[in-house]
Amino acid sequence: MTSLHPAAFLLLGGLLLPVLPLTARRVALLLLPLAGFYNLLGYQVGDGQVGSLAGYELHWVRVDQLSLLFGYLFHLAAFLAALFSLHLRDRLQQATGFLYAGAAVGAVFAGDLIVLFIFWELLAISSVFQIWATQSARAIAAGTRYLLIHISSGLLLLVGTAWHYQQTGSLALGHLGIDSWATRLIFLGVGIKCAFPLLHSWLVDAYPESTPTGAVFLSSFTTKTAVYVLARSFAGTEFLLYIGAAMAMFPIFYAVIENDLRRVLGYSMINQIGFMVVGVGLGPGMGVNGAVAHAFNDVLFKGLLFMSMGAVLYRTGRINGSDLGGLYKSMPWTCGFCMVGAASISAFPLFSGFVSKSMVMQAAANEGHLVVWLLLLFASAGVFHHAGIKIPFFAFFAHDAGIRCREAPRNMLLAMGIGAALCIGIGSFPHYLYRLLPYPVAYEPYDATHIVLQLQLLFFSALAFVALKLTGIYPPELRSANIDVDWTYRKLLPGAARLCVQVGAPLWDGLIAWGKQQVFALIDQVRQYHGPTGVFARAWPISSSVLLVTIFLAVYLFVYLG
Amino acid sequence: MNSEKKHLFDQPRNVHRLIWVFFVLCVLLLGVDLLFHRHLNFAEGVFPVEGWFGFYAIYGFVACVLLVLTATQMRKVLMRREDYYD
Repeated sequence: MTSLHPAAFLLLGGLLLPVLPLTARRVALLLLPLAGFYNLLGYQVGDGQVGSLAGYELHWVRVDQLSLLFGYLFHLAAFLAALFSLHLRDRLQQATGFLYAGAAVGAVFAGDLIVLFIFWELLAISSVFQIWATQSARAIAAGTRYLLIHISSGLLLLVGTAWHYQQTGSLALGHLGIDSWATRLIFLGVGIKCAFPLLHSWLVDAYPESTPTGAVFLSSFTTKTAVYVLARSFAGTEFLLYIGAAMAMFPIFYAVIENDLRRVLGYSMINQIGFMVVGVGLGPGMGVNGAVAHAFNDVLFKGLLFMSMGAVLYRTGRINGSDLGGLYKSMPWTCGFCMVGAASISAFPLFSGFVSKSMVMQAAANEGHLVVWLLLLFASAGVFHHAGIKIPFFAFFAHDAGIRCREAPRNMLLAMGIGAALCIGIGSFPHYLYRLLPYPVAYEPYDATHIVLQLQLLFFSALAFVALKLTGIYPPELRSANIDVDWTYRKLLPGAARLCVQVGAPLWDGLIAWGKQQVFALIDQVRQYHGPTGVFARAWPISSSVLLVTIFLAVYLFVYLG
Repeated sequence: MNSEKKHLFDQPRNVHRLIWVFFVLCVLLLGVDLLFHRHLNFAEGVFPVEGWFGFYAIYGFVACVLLVLTATQMRKVLMRREDYYD
């Protein structure tokens, strides 16, 4: 075994990139993920690397089918994101982007909870630069909130790990379940990164504030690492079925009324992770296979959608649905790639979502989870509606907003082109992906029934859109913000704090004044008795002092002996 | 000022054509349901409704209408000015 650590090339890149001159940096950006991928090919299932730190044995690398698949995926994603951001002159974004990708690779190869924690925190710290790099006051505030939440996620993981170690003596990153409070803390920490309902607001708060290229990095690694840990440690947890169904459902309502198209993608991202979480909840076998396959596809098609919206933002400086429209004239290639991404996320036959989302649905049906299945079917129709139609329609068609710009830069087009080709390739030849999955696959997505019912579902969802649009019922894109859970810590808590100060300050002042009054009254009283004219200021004979001392001693003796 | 070339959807005629083609495809897809027997996703007897004529088409349509109507109502509660947080 002579391979370097799987994350070595990406992490090394992160450290090396800032000192390279522009041309060398661009070459390195493209070569490092490829070199890392080649390095990874040297690993086989069962390989491992162990080191030691402070007396603990640390399993830096543990290779199995699951970690290999995510390792390949993250290198692919890093390559596409690097290509997409090749035109940048901002060293910091590129360098931290590689650290971020390296952290994700490190996390999926972690063999124990300590190593996972190390990469988990690196993931949080390195990723925030993709948001801060926008440099607007809004992005810096959003990035800071993002960082606080992700550090908290890491702390939960750390406390859970320590507690779990104390209880079981084991640090192994294997199946954990949610039977003890220690593993429940770990579950919660992972849940934050996975954007569980009510813990999700960081995603839709921060991702839309990132740079055009930053969102492509962000959409690939953080949540997918969390899905990986769920699949590894919490597969078969029934609770996940309900969490996943909720995740698939609620964001689509927000997505319909959201104006910022990258925020729409953020909501649709939570919706897609919902499918993965349900798959993990269904347990080892078809469920986890579906979840993992869908994570793989989601990185590609969500990356593609974020790239197309990033290109639009880069060229036009606008991203609100209300400000865009008619861009198919200026950016026909970007428009085409966006539609491939839209078809993939909507699970059209021959596109990648079709071959993985259906695995999760079929696994749910096989286990007889009717309600969950019906909710997922609703979400499937809804995702076509908001991501499949809304994104391309409002950006590239709808009313012509009069924007005439240049087509996206060539590096962006190439990255989108490769992403689109992969979406169609995997959708058309799913067996190459199926071969990488952790469990044997006995599933054939392309049978007549499946194709027909999926097309019916999608076409009639589209029919609903057309009907609502033609009748004018469809809600217009409005310049607005919709409040979500982050309202609690951006408005409610600060408001409550201000209220406390407003009401509390006079109360506090009153309390202080009352206290002072009491103290002065006491002083007056003391002065009355002990002052120059007071009764206690009179001269006392020594004998009475002796008497007093004797009494005290007697009482002390009595208490001591008693 | 408009020396720019006319694009595909600048002609309302093209848009109408597209919509009509789409309607025809919808009808055809629904018609396919009559032609062949779909197999069920669920085990026998668990959820026979899915085998009914046009189940997926109707479900998709109703789901999306409900989705949009509900979301529109949600605006009344959730929507704020764009600079609400600034």
